[in-house]
Amino acid sequence: MDRIPILKVGECLLVTIQVDMHDELAMTLQQDLTSQISKYASRGVLIDISSLEIVDSFIGRMLANIAAMSRVLDAQTVLTGMQPAVAITLVELGMSLPGIKTALNVERGMQLLAEYIGENRELEEADGVEV
Amino acid sequence: MEGTGVPLGTAPSILRRYNTDCNSQDIFRGRAYVSAFQQVIQTNETAILSGWLDEMASATRRGDLMNNTDLKQQAGELLRLFGEASAKSQDIQSEAFAPIRAFLQDIAKSRMERGFTPAETAMFVLSLKQPIFHALRDALKANPAELLNENWAVGNLLDKLSMLTVDTAIGYREQTIARQQEEMLELSTPVVKLWDGVLALPLIGTLDSARTQVVMESLLSAIVETNSQVAIIDITGVPTVDTLVAQHLIKTITAARLMGADCFLSGIRPAIAQTIVHLGIDLADIQTKAKLSDAFAVALQRVGKAVVSLKSVAKPEKKEA
Repeated sequence: MDRIPILKVGECLLVTIQVDMHDELAMTLQQDLTSQISKYASRGVLIDISSLEIVDSFIGRMLANIAAMSRVLDAQTVLTGMQPAVAITLVELGMSLPGIKTALNVERGMQLLAEYIGENRELEEADGVEV
Repeated sequence: MEGTGVPLGTAPSILRRYNTDCNSQDIFRGRAYVSAFQQVIQTNETAILSGWLDEMASATRRGDLMNNTDLKQQAGELLRLFGEASAKSQDIQSEAFAPIRAFLQDIAKSRMERGFTPAETAMFVLSLKQPIFHALRDALKANPAELLNENWAVGNLLDKLSMLTVDTAIGYREQTIARQQEEMLELSTPVVKLWDGVLALPLIGTLDSARTQVVMESLLSAIVETNSQVAIIDITGVPTVDTLVAQHLIKTITAARLMGADCFLSGIRPAIAQTIVHLGIDLADIQTKAKLSDAFAVALQRVGKAVVSLKSVAKPEKKEA
């Protein structure tokens, strides 16, 4: 069965969606990703959808779900490389994906995640000092 | 129809024969009836043409837009075509009238291009009525009832032809308007690059659904092309913002955010700010700035740049020297 590969890059997980998403594939990705996050205690998830040209409400909801689940597992999700047509479709479907951070390309997305993880670490250290 | 076999002769002779051959019912269906005034036109072509030109000279002549030679040539051609077509049919939609329809459409187009009004273009055809009436009156002095019928037939045909001319003229103008609207739509949504990674979209004019769609698409594709992090939508030139326009703006900004670009809204005039609040539109998720310059300053900050005065940069250099 097809699987979308999940790559571990430091404290982050990198998912690039290169094929057309169908529902089963999306469900598998959701399961794989959550188990990987908890396995590696990842702090960030980067999902690149630059090759994704067709979305429907299910895929949109799946993306929102992944973001919500990651947040529960203490990982920040960044969505990168969304095509204009996909963005318009999602907006027209009424899915503005409020909890998800976005970036233009993978490079920026990694920067964003690094900043986020760095900030969090500083906060934690500061908390530690105070206690 | 007996009229088809009638040899060419002077109009009165045809009419005499026609009157003896036909009862009054046949008048409205026979070709003989058509060829009656057609015959009058043919025999009096020169007189009608000069009468027509005189008529046009007094009523609708536009010497500034068209010279006499062109006019004379057009009039002659039209009269010839009219004579030919009316000999075969009375229906201007029929095959016989195809050449004259095409000719009139050309005339209408060329006249609109030269700056004639639709009425003036229609008068070109309508002013042919009087000289034909004169010729018919002279030819049918003896038979007032016939004269009326002939007048009605010719008048009817000319009216329809002039309507066709007006239709073409107005259709041509509508085409122009549609083309200009399209051009305006493309011209009115320029995406400009203010800095590396900073785009601006100055909107001018009323926003409707069609235009917003173009705005959204051009902005999003420009974000991808220029790899921009920040986009500023400036609505200084938008006269009114209603719920629909606001919804379109929110959609555009959300779509840009989904693609990973920050979007600012600038140039909201006080009146529009009041309208937005009165309409209960929620712009809480959207970053707004009063002026384009304010938004630009924030945008520069976002891409890690700042504008500093030359003096503050120059001073340390002097110290070093």
